[in-house]
Amino acid sequence: MQLSRKSLLVLLVLPLLYAAGAPAPAAAQAAEGAISGADTSWMLISTALVLLMTPGLAFFYGGLVNSRNALNTMMMSFVALGVSMVLWAVVAYSLAFGEGGTLVGDFSMAMLSGVGTEPSGTIPHMLFMAFQGTFAVITAALISGALIGRMRFVPYVAFIAIWGLVVYAPVAHWVWGGGWLSELGALDFAGGTVVHVNAGIAALVAALVLGSRREYARTALLPHNVPFVLLGAGLLWFGWFGFNGGSALAADGIAALAFVNTLLAPAAALVVWAFLDYFRSGKATAVGVATAIVVGLVAITPASGFISPAYALLLGAISAFPSYFVLQWRARTRLDDSLDVFAAHGIGGITGAILTGFFASAAVNGMDADGLFFGNPGQVGIQLIAILAVAAYSGAATFIILKVIGLVSPLRPSEKEEARGMDILNHGEEAYASSSGAILLLDEEMNGGSSAESSPGTPAGSTASAHTTDTV
Amino acid sequence: MKLIKAIIRPEKLNDVLKALYQADVRGITVSRVQGHGGETTPVATYRGTTVMMELQEKVLLDIGISEEFTETVVEAILRSARTDEVGDGKIFVCPVDEIHRIRTGDRDTAAVTPVVEGTPA
Repeated sequence: MQLSRKSLLVLLVLPLLYAAGAPAPAAAQAAEGAISGADTSWMLISTALVLLMTPGLAFFYGGLVNSRNALNTMMMSFVALGVSMVLWAVVAYSLAFGEGGTLVGDFSMAMLSGVGTEPSGTIPHMLFMAFQGTFAVITAALISGALIGRMRFVPYVAFIAIWGLVVYAPVAHWVWGGGWLSELGALDFAGGTVVHVNAGIAALVAALVLGSRREYARTALLPHNVPFVLLGAGLLWFGWFGFNGGSALAADGIAALAFVNTLLAPAAALVVWAFLDYFRSGKATAVGVATAIVVGLVAITPASGFISPAYALLLGAISAFPSYFVLQWRARTRLDDSLDVFAAHGIGGITGAILTGFFASAAVNGMDADGLFFGNPGQVGIQLIAILAVAAYSGAATFIILKVIGLVSPLRPSEKEEARGMDILNHGEEAYASSSGAILLLDEEMNGGSSAESSPGTPAGSTASAHTTDTV
Repeated sequence: MKLIKAIIRPEKLNDVLKALYQADVRGITVSRVQGHGGETTPVATYRGTTVMMELQEKVLLDIGISEEFTETVVEAILRSARTDEVGDGKIFVCPVDEIHRIRTGDRDTAAVTPVVEGTPA
């Protein structure tokens, strides 16, 4: 039932977008040059690194939520590995990187038709497709941070599926697929706008549409596992070397530049954030450090292949400020974006994209891309246009998609279900179940017998099932 | 027969166990609990929100003993669990109707730590 409704929505919206970008002849990716072993090796590794970012994100988010919502929070990331990746291969890659027009690609490479081992640059075409696919996956997973603890799973999956097709693919096309923002000269090396501003704004809008958890701003909602948050931040940082370094699409000096910038900017952000925490409350917190790492990584993303390492340190240090204060502000509002997707990815991405417009230097990036500090003040304006365009489109489309899905299937569970926790509701599992409280049902007991499942869970956070046995 | 319920600081558990061992008390159940008495609550900061940690971590000891041992146990705990700070805990001495040892079926006084002539206080 749900599947046919989802297909209907997809079929309705896609042709509209396709018509907006003028149809182009079905053409395979232009093959240029020969395959480089070094480049291919690096890109194979980078793809795997970026894929690791999604499980890393699952831990980062999972540790920040209550234990009764931990699995659902992590599943929101893990399911993107399936849904978003499949859709990427089936059609979204073609919509993003097919020639198409200025607004969207085409269907020429649907079902990976024409996507083989022939060169795309100096790497096999299908490797490029795979690398880009891991970006689509993490972008969808990022949004989930604003939806934790109060969203039913099927509407969530429908949302990220449609969002990947209708929002991510076109935006990727605008900036990387030969679309209007690349023609304008917007600089986004690894996805500060395509991934982070995009996901950050979508998260903000989604949090507003969904509304806050009933407990939000009423009870203290604490992370259930801060070591997971640190682990997640570490995995994200590790994977991000592929995210930024691999966006050079080659094993060369630019990849090294992006790699080094990805090392330095989060380090600077971490130090500054720790100071900010210390001045505000007298203590540098672990959650703060983990957040700072992510903010620094997000901010350097658009700039990583365009600016010098010295400026990367400065960019990282600067980026801590806006995100830190937006995060403090958000905590005082009724906006339930408690994993701060907007503060970290939205604001971080905006900061990084704007600073790219200041610090980009052709001498460093060899791409004739200069920023304000290097004699090209117009770049800042172009960056702002890109940010605003992506934010506006992402926000509006996210709003519409969620509202439409909400008409078909409620986005939120009931109040009682929300109190019991999303893990039981959405997955029938508990993250930290204790075997000693559970009774195994044998087939004959389930079919004919009068006994029922009982789970007298005493550990904090576990839930009892609907039935109870007569205790002797 | 009595059941002594003592709530102590987690960091004093080892000292209390040692003191009870030296007093020849065998048989104790330890649980991790949360609670508070009159102590002030520490404040924690999580990502922009300020949170008051109302409940403190404590340890609950359940010790079933015969009446003769009551004073020994109470004094052992009082001595070893004390830090002179608010939040040291409380000892409750509760009457018990019956005690059974599951392995042997022994009852009441035979089921708890035996009283030996000249047991140290």
